[in-house]
Amino acid sequence: MTNVLINAPKTAKKGEVIELKALIMHTMETGFRPGTNGRIIPRNIIERFTASWHGSEIFRMDFSPAISANPFVSFFAVASESGKITFRWTGDEGFAAEESVAIDVA
Amino acid sequence: MAGTTRRTFIAGTVLVSVLPLASARATPEAMAAAIKEVVGDNAIREGRVTLDVPPLIENGNAVPLTVSVESPMSEADYVKAIHVFNEKNPQPHVFDARLSPKNGKAMIATRIKLGDSQKIVAIAETSKGEFFSASADVIVTLAACLEDLT
Repeated sequence: MTNVLINAPKTAKKGEVIELKALIMHTMETGFRPGTNGRIIPRNIIERFTASWHGSEIFRMDFSPAISANPFVSFFAVASESGKITFRWTGDEGFAAEESVAIDVA
Repeated sequence: MAGTTRRTFIAGTVLVSVLPLASARATPEAMAAAIKEVVGDNAIREGRVTLDVPPLIENGNAVPLTVSVESPMSEADYVKAIHVFNEKNPQPHVFDARLSPKNGKAMIATRIKLGDSQKIVAIAETSKGEFFSASADVIVTLAACLEDLT
């Protein structure tokens, strides 16, 4: 069960630069911490975050264990056309999550 | 161990306790090596990049960090990538982001973990193959990744 929060405007003017914010629930276990039994807890992080606008990729970010738990990313995009903005997270142990928001570009 | 004096015993325990610690941390040299991997033999210039991170952090588990780069973000001249490195976390990498003119503005914000007081370096790569950097020193009072609280 993944919980995702997206903050994006619902409408934008063509050519306008808008801010997109994405937050996902994930422990981002570094693989460097010992647990209560003294053994190292295995690494379990999100490795890649991508965003696409109407199917074409507009942003990509590779995470390391140094990204905080519940990774938050904010970035910008030029409003090109009406459609869907899709956010995708992939990582260790087959983790994959996807969320889309619709945007109207006038 | 008849020949073991108090002095050699203490020297031994110091070695044993120091060695694993030394290997479990990135060092300024490891950061320089990681930067070299990205930049190659190109020159890194100061400026254009703004690295916004609080100078004093209470909790190293979530440190807000913003990187912005002055750039027209046009087809002819845009920021291709932003890389962030640290000195003293277990690994020197923090994140690598890829940008294009579709972003309109070269600015990224996120939250990172810091295991110790240290220097953070942000490097921006432009479409023309130039590299610009900015760095910031951060003091951390409660370090990240110390213990499992759950």
